[in-house]
Amino acid sequence: MKKELKLMKGNEAIGEAAIRAGADAYFGYPITPQSEILEYLMAEKPHERTGMVVLQAESEVAAINMVYGGAACGRKIITSSSSPGISLKQEGLSYIAGSELPCLVVNVVRGGPGLGTIQPSQSDYFQACKGGGHGDYRLIVLAPSSVQEMYDFVKLGFDLAFKYRNPAMILTDGALGQMMEKVWLEEQQPRMNEFPEWATTGKKPGKERTVVTSLDLDSAMQEKFNQKLQEKYRELEAKEVRYEAIDCDDAEYLLVAYGTSSRICQKSVQLAREKGIKLGLLRPITLYPFPKKEIGEMCGRLKGILSVEMSAGQMVEDVRLSVDGKVKVDHFGRMGGIIPSAEEIVNALEQKIIGG
Amino acid sequence: MAKVKGSIVVDIERCKGCELCPPVCPTNVLSMSKELNAKGFHYVYMENPDNCTGCNNCALVCPDACITVYRKKLV
Amino acid sequence: MSQQTENNDIVKEENLVFKKTNVLLDKVMHYCPGCGHGTAHRLIAEVIEEMDIQSECIGITPVGCSVLMYNYLDIDMQEAAHGRAPALATAIKRLQPEKFVFTYQGDGDLAAIGTAETIHAANRGENFTIFFINNGIYGMTGGQMAPTTLPNMKSSTSPYGRDVKMMGNPLKMTELVAQLPGSYYVTRQAVHTPAAVRKAKKAIRKAIENQKLEKGLSLVEIVSNCNSGWKMTPLQSNKWMEENMFPFYELGDLKVDGGMAK
Repeated sequence: MKKELKLMKGNEAIGEAAIRAGADAYFGYPITPQSEILEYLMAEKPHERTGMVVLQAESEVAAINMVYGGAACGRKIITSSSSPGISLKQEGLSYIAGSELPCLVVNVVRGGPGLGTIQPSQSDYFQACKGGGHGDYRLIVLAPSSVQEMYDFVKLGFDLAFKYRNPAMILTDGALGQMMEKVWLEEQQPRMNEFPEWATTGKKPGKERTVVTSLDLDSAMQEKFNQKLQEKYRELEAKEVRYEAIDCDDAEYLLVAYGTSSRICQKSVQLAREKGIKLGLLRPITLYPFPKKEIGEMCGRLKGILSVEMSAGQMVEDVRLSVDGKVKVDHFGRMGGIIPSAEEIVNALEQKIIGG
Repeated sequence: MAKVKGSIVVDIERCKGCELCPPVCPTNVLSMSKELNAKGFHYVYMENPDNCTGCNNCALVCPDACITVYRKKLV
Repeated sequence: MSQQTENNDIVKEENLVFKKTNVLLDKVMHYCPGCGHGTAHRLIAEVIEEMDIQSECIGITPVGCSVLMYNYLDIDMQEAAHGRAPALATAIKRLQPEKFVFTYQGDGDLAAIGTAETIHAANRGENFTIFFINNGIYGMTGGQMAPTTLPNMKSSTSPYGRDVKMMGNPLKMTELVAQLPGSYYVTRQAVHTPAAVRKAKKAIRKAIENQKLEKGLSLVEIVSNCNSGWKMTPLQSNKWMEENMFPFYELGDLKVDGGMAK
């Protein structure tokens, strides 16, 4: 396949990837640090390039409900926002998951709670990976760690969302959104011209009408539907876990980190090994489904694990569940928009895990 | 005056006995039954069927679409 | 199905004047006896049948009494979150501009929680149709005060009547929408008498046909009764509606073909 190399911001890569993946629409609302996605799309005139609809909505709430409407038509729809805006989208995401519709949501995370800061953070892990809105549902959560992955995961996110009829999220942060790196761009993928049978495209003569709803007042039916959702999530957990293992083969200690933190942790691994500490890094690429089994299998030959996340410690709970008490696990992170240094992480490892 | 004769057919089990239709009948054809349908409603019926002109008023105001209307010109 | 059969010489296919449209499914609607929702549903279904657009329609139901409207109309439908129907409709119509797209929303849905979505869809001149059923109360949740509840009107959350000093004034959303440059046809109708039903049906048809013109939003408000919520019989509620609702929510066209009617 012919590829094109370009220097791009992470946010711009998301926008370009959406057009090239054949997305049918983007609905969004400005918020720092991700407004470049909407700006880039508007400047690129995707309605001329592919016929893609791009609309600035009156709120994040309206934007996610436009996504809901478009997704129910069987179209590839993407939206993006940052933490406070993603909170506003939770109602819509619950409806989309409850109606078994595919869509792609990008969260370029900033520090919270509340208005917080516009600096990068990873403190939306719980919201992204544990459901976020009301009811028993999950998002498929992808965590890129480079601008290239920001680009690549748009297509991957759409593919997984359609395969499982479930909303997918790219969970990234302000650092990756604003960072510039070179990106290999794929050839333009055509937009779909045939739509799934569950899509509301007008009742075909002689066929049953299509109704998209998350409502069922019959408790027995509602429980049955919930069981079906849970089966889908078990299938996701069995088949769709993605991760990268760096220097894990001989590792005695392990860092677990995703996104921006995982980039710093690569340097920490190097620094630790220079000091004679056999350190590895496991980078979950799918945060849901989480590489629980993989970490669980690895922990038998480990002396300790440090979960590194720009938060007060959210992913560490999943790491602990993965090792089930078999090995010491602790968390290290900075908050409020501060990115930890590689040295800080090694120090934390030495104090909390090796010496602790 | 053109001579027309009408009739209605009530889907008794759809009727909720709301009583909106009898007052809009210009010829006082309709009344509510003494009997109940399966849902426990007194359904509408033609008490004076001979007066019906098939004007359609009852069907227009029926929220449950339970009235079918027929009209025939008398030669 | 048991049916009353009299006047057998008249009850013949060739004499048929009116029967339930097939776009309205046979399922008995869950509405209270005498509720205007049923009539409004029927009129929309009749217009869809008469325009022969059953395969080209996508309807969006709200949260409220008419949440289950998708059980009654034989067309493709989506169920929105509370107040968000115009956002869904925006996307659906922009992605499938050749389809006829409408929302069906109550007063709580459209004029309280969905105010922003309604105003902005209208202001963008989105090319779909809104049917707005205004009965001045939250019916489904048990008769609470709505944004359109009249001053001094009793509801379960204004048990001594709506005190506008404390609870605010009723909101005339239809007048607001008519003021916006993006709206093309805005009208207020009722469905409680044969004459009102005939007029309302014409308005519904015009509001859907307007989508072919691509000139902006059409909105049909239907002032309707809620006899259960108002604690009256259906006949009493219609009379009360005429005496109290209509003076405040005046029937008639507010905007026709993009120009103010009054």
